[in-house]
Amino acid sequence: MPRIIKQKIEFEGRIEEREVVIEGDDLPVWTAAEKFQVVGTPVPRVDGADRVGGTARFTADLYPHGLLHGAALRSPHAHARVARLDASKAERAPGVRLVLSSANAPKIPWYNGKSWLFDPELRFVGDEVAFVIADTLEQARDAVELIAVDYEALPHIVDTEAALAPDAVQVHADGRLLGGAPERYERGDLERGFREADVTVELHVETPDVLHHSMETHGSVADWTGESLVIWDSTQHIFGVRRQVAGALKIPLDHVRVVSPYMGGGFGSKNGAGKYTIVAAIASRRLGRPVKIMFTRAEESVAAGKRPRSVQRIRVGAKRDGALTALDYWGASNVGAYRNMGSPLSGPLKELYACPNVRSEVANVFTHTGPAAAFRAPGYLEGTVALDCAMEALADTLGMDPLALRLKNYAEADQVQGRAYSSKFLREAYERAAAAAGWSRRAPTSPSPVTGGGTRRGLGMASQLWGGSGSPPAYAEIRLNPDGTAQIRIGTQDIGTGAKTALTQIAAEVLTLPVDRVALALGDTDYPYSPLSAGSQTITSCGPAVRMAADEIRRHLLDAAASLLEAAPNDIRLEAGRLVVAGVPERGMTIAEITSRMNNFTITGRGFRGPNPDGVTIRTFGVQIAEVEVDLDTGEVSVLKIVACHDVGRVINPLQYASQIQGGVIQGLGVALREDHVTDPDSGSVLDLGFDAYAVPRSRMIPEIVSMAVDKPDPIANNLGAKGAGEPPIIPTPAAIANAVANAIGVRVTSLPITPAKVLRALGRIP
Amino acid sequence: MNPTNTTDTASAITLTVNGERTQIAVSPRRTLLAALREDLHLTGTKEGCGVGTCGACTVLVDGQAVLSCLVLAVQADGRAVETVEGLAREGVLHPIQQAFIREDAFQCGFCTPGQIMALRGLLRRNAHPSPEDVRRALDGNVCRCGAHLRVQAAALAVARAAEGAGGS
Repeated sequence: MPRIIKQKIEFEGRIEEREVVIEGDDLPVWTAAEKFQVVGTPVPRVDGADRVGGTARFTADLYPHGLLHGAALRSPHAHARVARLDASKAERAPGVRLVLSSANAPKIPWYNGKSWLFDPELRFVGDEVAFVIADTLEQARDAVELIAVDYEALPHIVDTEAALAPDAVQVHADGRLLGGAPERYERGDLERGFREADVTVELHVETPDVLHHSMETHGSVADWTGESLVIWDSTQHIFGVRRQVAGALKIPLDHVRVVSPYMGGGFGSKNGAGKYTIVAAIASRRLGRPVKIMFTRAEESVAAGKRPRSVQRIRVGAKRDGALTALDYWGASNVGAYRNMGSPLSGPLKELYACPNVRSEVANVFTHTGPAAAFRAPGYLEGTVALDCAMEALADTLGMDPLALRLKNYAEADQVQGRAYSSKFLREAYERAAAAAGWSRRAPTSPSPVTGGGTRRGLGMASQLWGGSGSPPAYAEIRLNPDGTAQIRIGTQDIGTGAKTALTQIAAEVLTLPVDRVALALGDTDYPYSPLSAGSQTITSCGPAVRMAADEIRRHLLDAAASLLEAAPNDIRLEAGRLVVAGVPERGMTIAEITSRMNNFTITGRGFRGPNPDGVTIRTFGVQIAEVEVDLDTGEVSVLKIVACHDVGRVINPLQYASQIQGGVIQGLGVALREDHVTDPDSGSVLDLGFDAYAVPRSRMIPEIVSMAVDKPDPIANNLGAKGAGEPPIIPTPAAIANAVANAIGVRVTSLPITPAKVLRALGRIP
Repeated sequence: MNPTNTTDTASAITLTVNGERTQIAVSPRRTLLAALREDLHLTGTKEGCGVGTCGACTVLVDGQAVLSCLVLAVQADGRAVETVEGLAREGVLHPIQQAFIREDAFQCGFCTPGQIMALRGLLRRNAHPSPEDVRRALDGNVCRCGAHLRVQAAALAVARAAEGAGGS
């Protein structure tokens, strides 16, 4: 019988108490002694042929019969009221079937009740005013131009610090800050900590707005049949989309099916339904035809979310031997016009290094700019720039090796919740990364900006701490076919991480089948529930459920074989796809021989994700070391090499693990050196539409990347001993690069991205 | 007259797509990308930006890699077009595709067909590219997941294999 317990669950840097349903006993954890055939091996992607063959079908690739297309009219103003909207000309345009706006759409709450699907008050450039649905996309776009709108412009605010001023224009009537007040944290006695300090270091840090720019833009295809709605969606969370759509349209969950077998990247920006999803569903119902709405690339720049810019101030106090005595922190995150979760900027500060006296304050401030969204390790990347740059600044001040400083302040336990970590192998990560990067070569940082021409090299380091524990609920089902092949169904998503392959490996391991005899289907709400693919939790949430489902199949096979082989089930072993009587290898039969004798009777297995262990904190840890070369004449920074070593528990697939590390490093490289989403401070207009003016990392700037893992299973986190790997590698990358630049040139650039102009300014070569 | 037609007049064009001659009627403003995806149902070629800044729509026209979002379908009239769907032979993936799988040269896979076709274009004009040649050829292909190094490794593996086989 299921029972419900309360459990503290960490997700994306926040801890919440959740009720968790426990159905029975979990399997024992795969310990370090376990021997594997498939788990831990570099199995190539099981869906590789489709992804390289052009046969993987993304939402963007759907053109069902009778398809209609939608396009949006977006606000040209940062803040305005729609005084009058006349769609009559657009409605008469060729091919137009419907124009939806506040005039004729149902009033559906949006942004957690702060707004509406069509809100007459527009709060950012790009806010949705209306959608046109037409026979062709060109017709829809042409007709958007024909909608006549009178905008009543209202005062707006764009800048982070200006928006914090008491007399600033407010975006929402109920306060300029998300949650009404800054998030505060304090432990110990900060004043005493600074009195005890021999040295203090202070930094002012800024990080930019960063756009996700997933290669497949945001979009949905909605298609009603009678009372049933099917939505194809480029999403990280099919069950979340289903819940939102059913809620918005006030229809039962079982009338909505959301499908997303392939999706072209999300990085946190596709964690739920968009307005386009709801509009496609409404339009499809009214018109009796399938409706598709996909963002243009330019729309990705204005209305698809962003990692919000931050302004941070940090002050660190330490003894002469490097022991931290005080950490004082203030950070502000410019979350745009709407956001329901604050940026956990102070997460690393509170926990990464041992320090008895800590105070932090984080303000999440609303402005009339595009809404922020989660972006791979939200808050932690930004917060790590402040913390780990301050640590290396402190090391330089003390004349200490930055690695020695970090080891001096190694946190053995979770200082925030006052409890042990389930496991922590950060020391091993430091050792291995330092050896691989040749850290001992690091020259002391010049105490003043270097002079002369030519190039200078530098080494810098940063650590990471992140959640990635995963949690219940997640479920999996497996069936064995008459030919002995296995089919897994699980309602998760593979957003490019290779989750499908890793989950297949887990089932293949338990069933002792080759990977190509196991087919895994995902991305469909007709399959068992799984959580959103975010928070580095897919393998750690879904993997244990898949293992349990496969284990149930294994036990049924033992029973079936026992009856056919005339032996006790306890004496049967499943080895290399064969069921054999222990000690009598010739008495046995293959899985296919058993299933072929069952006449379509189907062996099924069901698995669930067990609860997280009580009383411990589960974290990933890791370190990255950057080596850079700075051109003193041009100010250009080239990253030569990044060495990464992370403690993410057991690695299920080392090939894909290394791909995750590379991906995180490369995205972090963009934040460090290039990416800076530009909003005009006066008008609030977005000035870098598409890829033309927004500099995502390109092939020629990518350095050598060394991807290592400690690869020690966590003894209690979940039955796989795994922790998440998706977000950890982005976290320390910008801080490590910034530290390497400081080591190279003897002056610190703490405003990201580190552009040539900022380097030259820091060197005093330009005003 | 079909009321859904715009005022544009469709013209008939002939394309040889992946070795097969085909005739379609396209409006003057239809891109080769849209013709491939919507008229010929070859959705392997992706639209990443629609304005020639990301490389996701790369195909070969008469053997040369082009951005199909910047080519009008009528401009491709009479020409040979090769898309990602045309690479496999009798169910066997092309060596570039096999190398992509071996090297894990993609994550979400949305930019992958364009990357593969850009490389196909490179290897056709330069069977023995240097690492810098490869990086240069791929600089116009945006990959947001960060598979750049894997793609470069796959490209160089294919070039090396071709060298071992005496070139082709």
